[in-house]
Amino acid sequence: MPVRVLIVDDSSVMRKIVERSLRQAGIELTQVLEAGNGAEALATLQASPVDLILCDINMPVMDGLEFIKQLSGVVNAKGVPVIMITTEGSEAHVVQALSCGARGYIRKPFTPEQVKTQVIPALAGKS
Amino acid sequence: MNSSGGVLAVGNKQEGWCALLELAAREVFQLMLASDLTAPTAEITLPHEVTSMVGLAGQLCGVLSVRCDEKSATLMTSKMLGVEIDEAGADMSDALGEICNMVAGNFKNKITGLGDGCMLSPPTVITGSDYTTYTAGEKPALEVRLLFEAMPIVISLEIHS
Repeated sequence: MPVRVLIVDDSSVMRKIVERSLRQAGIELTQVLEAGNGAEALATLQASPVDLILCDINMPVMDGLEFIKQLSGVVNAKGVPVIMITTEGSEAHVVQALSCGARGYIRKPFTPEQVKTQVIPALAGKS
Repeated sequence: MNSSGGVLAVGNKQEGWCALLELAAREVFQLMLASDLTAPTAEITLPHEVTSMVGLAGQLCGVLSVRCDEKSATLMTSKMLGVEIDEAGADMSDALGEICNMVAGNFKNKITGLGDGCMLSPPTVITGSDYTTYTAGEKPALEVRLLFEAMPIVISLEIHS
């Protein structure tokens, strides 16, 4: 299934790595949008619908958890799965992200296989 | 007992933390750079051209740093991004910052109680060798010396409290 993805991370290197991991995981990307923080991501989504969002937690301006909370007000984000990719790996962070609406959680460092394990079910369950 | 009690108990065993620091670094390099760090078999010249630092605050306060030479940093960036070495220079600081960030995050997640109780600062990267650092920490830094593709890297953790 061709996928339009939004990758949100304040590190451009990490955004490139996430994109490469998605491709290595066999996910066909038709469009890759990038944002450096949650506020930029919200603005991007107002203009462009996507099928999948991969998002860091610790970012300047607007962090990943606040971004997910504000997604409910964005028409283009309705039903779009959000997967967090972050160095914050504690159980409390995972629970917090999932309770905010994240569909999955990947800890850095990660492998393309770990990305695939989270992304495929999330895309399959996209409403 | 709250989680900070567990951290203090572990904090009394610094040799255990060194092993965790090394493991955290090895995992980051294996998973993100497809590269196995090795232990040096002889004394190494300490690298100092690129220094990446991440601050820790909360139940553990300190600074974790990764030091290497520019050639090594460029190769790390190349491997991390899957690009040729001559295309990696522009992303070197960002890549080194992310490596340090991942080592710090991976390290704290291996210690009971620190995952929730310790926050990481955004990374800072210094390039150039003509500088000195001052730290308010009283304890000697934990230090791990390893080789990345036969080039030395030093990972250290200065603990302030």
